[in-house]
Amino acid sequence: MPRNQDIKKVLVIGSGPIVIGQAAEFDYAGTQACRSLKEEGVEVCLVNSNPATIMTDKQIADQVYIEPLTIEVLETIIAKEKPDSILPTLGGQAGLNLGMELAENGILDKYGVKLIGTTAETIFKAEDRQAFKDTMEKIGEPCAASQVVNNVEDGIKFTNTIGYPVVLRPAFTLGGSGGGIAHNETELIDILTNGLRLSRVGEVLVERCIAGWKEVEYEVMRDAKGNCITVCNMENIDPVGVHTGDSIVVAPSQTLGDKEYQMLRSSALNIINELEITGGCNVQYALNPESFEYCVIEVNPRVSRSSALASKATGYPIAKVTAKIALGYTLDEIKNAITQKTYASFEPMLDYCVVKIPRLPFDKFLTAKRTLTTQMKATGEVMSICDNFEGALMKAIRSLEQHVDCLQSYDFSDLNDAELRKQLALVDDRRIWVIAEALRRGFSYDEIHEITMIDPWFIDKLAILVEMEKTLISCNAAVASATGTHAKALTVELLKEAKRIEFPDNVIARLTGRSEDEIKRMRYDNGIVAAYKMVDTCAAEFAAETPYYYSVFGSENEAAETHPQKKVLVLGSGPIRIGQGIEFDFCSVHCTWAFAKEGWETIIVNNNPETVSTDFDIADKLYFEPLTAEDVESIVNIEKPDGAVVQFGGQTAIKLTEALMKMGVKILGTKAEDVDAAEDRELFDKILEQTGIPRAAGGTVFTAEEAKEVANRIGYPVLVRPSYVLGGQGMKIAWNDEEIDEFIGIINTIAQDHPILVDKYLMGKEIEVDAICDGTDVLIPGIMEHIERTGVHSGDSISVYPAHTISEKAKETLVEYTKRLAQALHVIGMINIQFIDMDDDIYVIEVNPRSSRTVPYISKVTGIPIVDLAAKIIMGQTIRGMGYEPGLAPTADYIAIKMPVFSFEKLRGAEISLGPEMKSTGECLGIAKTFNEALYKAFLGAGIKLPKYKQMIMTVKDADKPEAVGVAKRFEALGYKIYATRSTAKYLQEHGVNALRVNKISQESPNVMDLILGHKIDLVIDTPTQGNGDKTRDGFLIRRNAIETGVYCITAMDTANALARSLETADGTLTPVDIATVKNL
Amino acid sequence: MKAFLILEDGNVFTGTSIGSTREVISEIVFNTSMTGYLEVLTDPSYAGQAVVMTYPLIGNYGITPDMESQKPWPDGYIVRELSRMPSNFRCQGTIQDFLLEHDIPGIAGIDTRALTKILREKGTMNGMITTNENYNFDEILPRLQAYKTGNVVDKVTCETKTVWKGAGKRVALLDFGAKKNIAKSLNDRGCEVTVFPARTTAEEILATNPDGIMLSNGPGDPKDCGTIIDEIRKLYNSDVPIFAICLGHQLMALATGADTHKMKYGHRGGNHPVKDLATGRVYISSQNHGYVVDTDKLDPSIARPAFVNVNDGTNEGLEYVGKNIFTVQFHPEACPGPQDSGYLFDRFIQMMGGEQ
Repeated sequence: MPRNQDIKKVLVIGSGPIVIGQAAEFDYAGTQACRSLKEEGVEVCLVNSNPATIMTDKQIADQVYIEPLTIEVLETIIAKEKPDSILPTLGGQAGLNLGMELAENGILDKYGVKLIGTTAETIFKAEDRQAFKDTMEKIGEPCAASQVVNNVEDGIKFTNTIGYPVVLRPAFTLGGSGGGIAHNETELIDILTNGLRLSRVGEVLVERCIAGWKEVEYEVMRDAKGNCITVCNMENIDPVGVHTGDSIVVAPSQTLGDKEYQMLRSSALNIINELEITGGCNVQYALNPESFEYCVIEVNPRVSRSSALASKATGYPIAKVTAKIALGYTLDEIKNAITQKTYASFEPMLDYCVVKIPRLPFDKFLTAKRTLTTQMKATGEVMSICDNFEGALMKAIRSLEQHVDCLQSYDFSDLNDAELRKQLALVDDRRIWVIAEALRRGFSYDEIHEITMIDPWFIDKLAILVEMEKTLISCNAAVASATGTHAKALTVELLKEAKRIEFPDNVIARLTGRSEDEIKRMRYDNGIVAAYKMVDTCAAEFAAETPYYYSVFGSENEAAETHPQKKVLVLGSGPIRIGQGIEFDFCSVHCTWAFAKEGWETIIVNNNPETVSTDFDIADKLYFEPLTAEDVESIVNIEKPDGAVVQFGGQTAIKLTEALMKMGVKILGTKAEDVDAAEDRELFDKILEQTGIPRAAGGTVFTAEEAKEVANRIGYPVLVRPSYVLGGQGMKIAWNDEEIDEFIGIINTIAQDHPILVDKYLMGKEIEVDAICDGTDVLIPGIMEHIERTGVHSGDSISVYPAHTISEKAKETLVEYTKRLAQALHVIGMINIQFIDMDDDIYVIEVNPRSSRTVPYISKVTGIPIVDLAAKIIMGQTIRGMGYEPGLAPTADYIAIKMPVFSFEKLRGAEISLGPEMKSTGECLGIAKTFNEALYKAFLGAGIKLPKYKQMIMTVKDADKPEAVGVAKRFEALGYKIYATRSTAKYLQEHGVNALRVNKISQESPNVMDLILGHKIDLVIDTPTQGNGDKTRDGFLIRRNAIETGVYCITAMDTANALARSLETADGTLTPVDIATVKNL
Repeated sequence: MKAFLILEDGNVFTGTSIGSTREVISEIVFNTSMTGYLEVLTDPSYAGQAVVMTYPLIGNYGITPDMESQKPWPDGYIVRELSRMPSNFRCQGTIQDFLLEHDIPGIAGIDTRALTKILREKGTMNGMITTNENYNFDEILPRLQAYKTGNVVDKVTCETKTVWKGAGKRVALLDFGAKKNIAKSLNDRGCEVTVFPARTTAEEILATNPDGIMLSNGPGDPKDCGTIIDEIRKLYNSDVPIFAICLGHQLMALATGADTHKMKYGHRGGNHPVKDLATGRVYISSQNHGYVVDTDKLDPSIARPAFVNVNDGTNEGLEYVGKNIFTVQFHPEACPGPQDSGYLFDRFIQMMGGEQ
């Protein structure tokens, strides 16, 4: 079928802010789809509230609206832009839901717009629980037996018909709270009673328990003519019971025979045909490991995280093909972009093995429950490719950026056997390490399998890695002499085998008691080097055109040798985690494009399957590899780049600077020693002295004793933080000696190469500046001011551009200091600086001579292509040479407010109060002509749609009480009924607020918890007292329960005032701003 | 033990011996299926060939009952890695033992992707698997060049007639190396299937008054089938509905005056898109063939292309004009591979006047 010529202008809906469960994969899908549509001459109008995305670039779409994703806003945009079609299947669940709502509310009909790709009817059939069940029944596809019940009796009755155990899922409780598995009637009554109470609608789904079955996914494609193919299937190593986003996943499936494989494949095609999906679709199965019995778990009639993974795992661009199908093309008309010979109707065949490991945020949330369940908790993921499973797993492990590099990285050796058995039964992110320990002790495969239900094939693969550890240790002279034996020789054959299964040199060195250099030398002397193979969609059946590579040992290299005039290595930022998000992918991609534009050959190294940077047509070459020194060196040996850019890939790339220099790779842009000068306390102090810029008093320490000495010298409170980290990892405000002991202890659980910084905590306005420097001149695109005072991490603060409350004098000082710092640090490229403004006195907090998380947003709202300019400067151009006037750029005539977005409801037990360590997972933007409208849009974009019930709870620490009065009065004026706990209520009442006192949790009902669980509260304002490490305290419980029942919870007075202000001025008429028209003044 | 794969073009791969240590010379072909190694091993169409699996991890679920014939047929088996511990609820043993039991030599631990690229660039070629470290290439080369798969159909066909009982249409299946699932697919649809040895005469078959005739897949060059082609010509003239797969499809084409030629490296795998020219629909098919029917030399008054390969435009099926005959190059019986074209068996049953 040729392309449908009626489609001329398409509205693409993005997925909004990054939250757990909806991450960068939708930027990848959306960007690919927009490019695919534009390639066909279609005008693309894009809406997404997330300013950190590449899809919201004016190069990607014709009109770009960074606006809250609500029906009202979408209707305004539709009315203004008059698209003829909407493509709703690329923006995740958020985009899909909006597409459905537009259809259901009659807005599509009103404006004569149609959904392209999958229809509303199909979406309904796939998404509605009953409609889906009926459809599956009709075509004979089995689902796990289930029933929604409203009371305990019905639950028992139904369970008796299907048998124990059953899974209980309360409806509308976020984070799956109140659910569980019941093995008998007592447990059923217990869990069901609680679940019914917690559910907002008093409903619980009772479902046959298929925990322990294999979980298998199929990514399928279908065109409007009914042609369908499978792009890829994937097997979860963790059996059913762990969300696929939190599972270790392997592609293709490893333990399925052709019978099982084809049975599920046929079922998947059967389902998408019946649902009449047009485009990509994901079908998830549970497969009984002891028979051919299976159940359909879920169908996602859209692109998804799994489709991003499948695209990267196979080289088949699902989003791109989905967009083409939406335009009317059939699969056999769409060329395979990798081979240029085959068509999109060809099923990819892999001749390698792909492993994905989720990146979980438990290093950020020490109090959060590590248990993995059906509620996803991962913020991101890494993928690796190898020609054997062990190797792929090892590569994925060291890609995690979590201080892990092998199966010894988490130590469970101090557990006794009984404890270890218990630990095995616990499903958390360290399970493979626990299994490794069990294997070291000689637990049988059967026993491990019975406890974990992980297929013995995978257990055997872990055993192979454990055996290799043992063999390598047997070559360790120190270990041998301690046991009175002789160390075996580390033979070339053994080294080859260790490298084949991807033991990194440093691990081999550690195990054998040799130096890393010694191992490397032995490898090079014996020709044991990495070779690169191509991901070609067809297992080498056809010649491929796209240089998308992965490494293996012991094979022939097929990476094409190229000798362009100039070649640049761009290091990516690895998995998305809190503190290092999609912003850095935005920067890496733009940097790559800038170099390509200037005629350089570009090479990207990255390991994150969700991102745009790992799309095979972004750089000239893509190496899908871990970002460690050894892995990068292997690439350098083959590619011999003229230089590497590290300043756009966040801390991951910066950390490789020293290693790159040792390899003889030139660091393009700011020199490594200048990066050091900004991070090293002593060197940096010298620079500050030299430039006459003040900072808070402080010192560097290694131990708690030293820290307490500094703290007592400069006076509490103090800010404690490790150096060389991003997102304020481990950063805390300490108010006394005990807290110093606690925080330093936590920081030192990971060996620190660099000292810990202890600074006087100053409370003032926090200001942030991103600037570009060519070594002489400095261009400042804009100054941002945070709504929250210092003490809240900049990534978690509401950030306002242009700075709105600081004086001209302060601005001048900021510009001057920025200039001095950039020059003193010899910055070539980007610099990011955080300042404190205390009554016009400016102090510097920290300086990062690299790109930052505010760069994408500030580029978009100022119209200044910051990364592009910085990259050109790195290539030798100057600010003036490119036509820019140095200094502070003229202010845009828009106010742009960046709002952090959190995923607390997904992380049970996580402390939500804001502090110096970053906790947000994403951000959204409010942009408008006035401050108040921008602020309202920002809250709306973050999903804060108030008022609902006009009831709120306040419980604040003593220091905040005076301010709380003002806040309370504003909300009272807005018509809010204010509940408060004893001392807050008393204070508020004394100061003229009509606050209602409620009992504390420990007191009798009705207490504050009953109020929250009553589902009638809009908002909780709870500012925690200092040193709040105790999980049983009232404040913690109030905050957690508020979050888990979907109540908005604020922990800083500044945020509360901002929300009040936004509500005071909300009048409902919002004016969307087309970012593509924002001109650089 | 070390093993060597020595190719006609002088390339040598060094790996580990698996299965028998016997030396073997054969035609080297590659298969891109990611699952179904057992069905591949027991597909009689691989007789006279040594097969390379491009998927690197083989044997993960061991030996199961999923065999397409009684024994493995390839002369040799070439893999990247054999799983040391298979896992599946139906697993009855390992590939290693299976190869040993049937005296089939093989080699593991070689760069199968590099080997596949050689075969793709230079075309299918002959090679030797040996464990003799002191081999002399100059001495081996003429033997490699001389190797021909030859008449392998007689080697793989059944010796005596067998019957799959059924109450529906009666099908005579001519076994040129039939995969079990052809008979089973018909039998599952109610047919009574009588399997005849390849050398059964047309008269003998027609004498049983079948409702339809099924020509199976099989190994080798169709032109080596000699008199079988003559018998098929008689079946063509009989007006009994005929459905043919793979070698059967090629033999029918030869019997009716068309021509076949050898492809550079063939189609072997489970991912080839074939387009039904009548409906424009595309199906993913299971394939295993090194020869193909020449559509250029097709007489349009006898046969018309019914299916075409979306990737390379080669013929994938024919419809015979004025006859109740259609033939396909791919494998609707799957095993291994996608079951998308299984509907063709239903179509055959309709041709025979059946219900489905």
